[in-house]
Amino acid sequence: MKPPRFDYLAPSTLPEALALLASHADTAKIIAGGQSLMPALNFRLAGPALLIDLNRITELQQIRIESDGAMTVGAMTRHRTFETDAAVARHWPLLSHAVRSIAHVQIRNRGTIGGSICHADPSAEWPALCLACDAAMVLHSVRGERVVAARDFATGLFGTVLEPGEILTGIRFPAPPARASWGFEEIARRRGDFAIVGAACLIMRDDAGRCSDARLVVFGAGDRPVLAASASAALLGRGLDAPAIAAAAAAARGEIPCRSDQQASAQYRSSLVETLSARVLRQAAAMNGEHPDE
Amino acid sequence: MNERLDLTFTLNGELQQAEVEPRWTLADFLREKLHKTGTHVGCEHGVCGACTVLLDGRSVRACLLLAIQVQGCDVTTVEGLSPEQGLSDLQAEFRRCHALQCGFCTPGLIVTAHALLQECPSPSREEIRDAISGNLCRCTGYVPIVDAIEATARARLMRPAKSGKPSNDDQ
Repeated sequence: MKPPRFDYLAPSTLPEALALLASHADTAKIIAGGQSLMPALNFRLAGPALLIDLNRITELQQIRIESDGAMTVGAMTRHRTFETDAAVARHWPLLSHAVRSIAHVQIRNRGTIGGSICHADPSAEWPALCLACDAAMVLHSVRGERVVAARDFATGLFGTVLEPGEILTGIRFPAPPARASWGFEEIARRRGDFAIVGAACLIMRDDAGRCSDARLVVFGAGDRPVLAASASAALLGRGLDAPAIAAAAAAARGEIPCRSDQQASAQYRSSLVETLSARVLRQAAAMNGEHPDE
Repeated sequence: MNERLDLTFTLNGELQQAEVEPRWTLADFLREKLHKTGTHVGCEHGVCGACTVLLDGRSVRACLLLAIQVQGCDVTTVEGLSPEQGLSDLQAEFRRCHALQCGFCTPGLIVTAHALLQECPSPSREEIRDAISGNLCRCTGYVPIVDAIEATARARLMRPAKSGKPSNDDQ
């Protein structure tokens, strides 16, 4: 349970880090907060020849809220920094609330948002939240910058479109929609464990209280977080009443593929998809003062 | 390849200089090289919380940090939260409430509880349970641990002048 031997470099600027990664792309591994990579090193599931540590690059640790409401979060922002930022809590309360479900305080104090997104654990909160908010990933390499939508970023279990030599440097969130309500919930066997299944929703209403846009995202069910498109579409033009919520939750269950593992069977996960989808939609309704029955 | 690197950091208020291998975890470095064995090593993959230390005032897992990563940082272990003689108020409440049996998880819980009370001087029992959810205890159970943290918070609020400071008065 000790890490294998490796070399270690901690550049203090992004260009230095990109140059190092470009010249060692085959053998180097980036370390961000290390809350997933360090266990992998301790178990010797990972054995890079060189670790490039991004923790000294302060330019990647900033949260910026623009005048138009868009927010850019540096990839090296720690979960706990984000969780305790008062401006973020006012701006994107869904994110601020959901981050508290990530592991334990000791992990949130060190772990980073970018690290979690690049690790692409299907049960992790950040990839799902990025999908729910329609965020975009900003990637840099020595070749320049490219931007990838959250929905195109994950390719499967622990897989992303990151290419050799690329570093996720920031996440761009669009301005929060006006009059949006939201919900977030996850089920884990113990507090702080990875979610067996979780759900997040973001609901926009028109003047009559009908859904004008809905984004329901489920994570932990399959090999990556999924935007439940049919369930979201089922809500359009309807109020968040009990029949609409039941129909959307059933649609989510129908459209989201579930996996079996040592934590839970696919059948149980499928049942959780429906239950949690309904719960987060009821939370969003309650935010508008509505309390549809179960 | 794998050269030792110079490390300078502050441990429990004292400047430390050492040469470290990149692969050494902070937990092992503290125990094996600096002989600060209060930081316990349980699971070595970030689950049990026995190795919890403060890094620049925030609780973190020492098994998920490399020693070299604390370059220039301020590290506090359970030794740094204990008076030279006797027990801190928090430690004394752990003893009074029977919040430990084998004691393996205790340093991590003391460090975690210390960080909680610094941030939140009057936590509810629910907040305490949430704060210690990343620290596993296999023998005492959590009720007396929550009792001890709650009692410490209450006592400190009654005696604001001594808030947060280790003290010998509670022996």
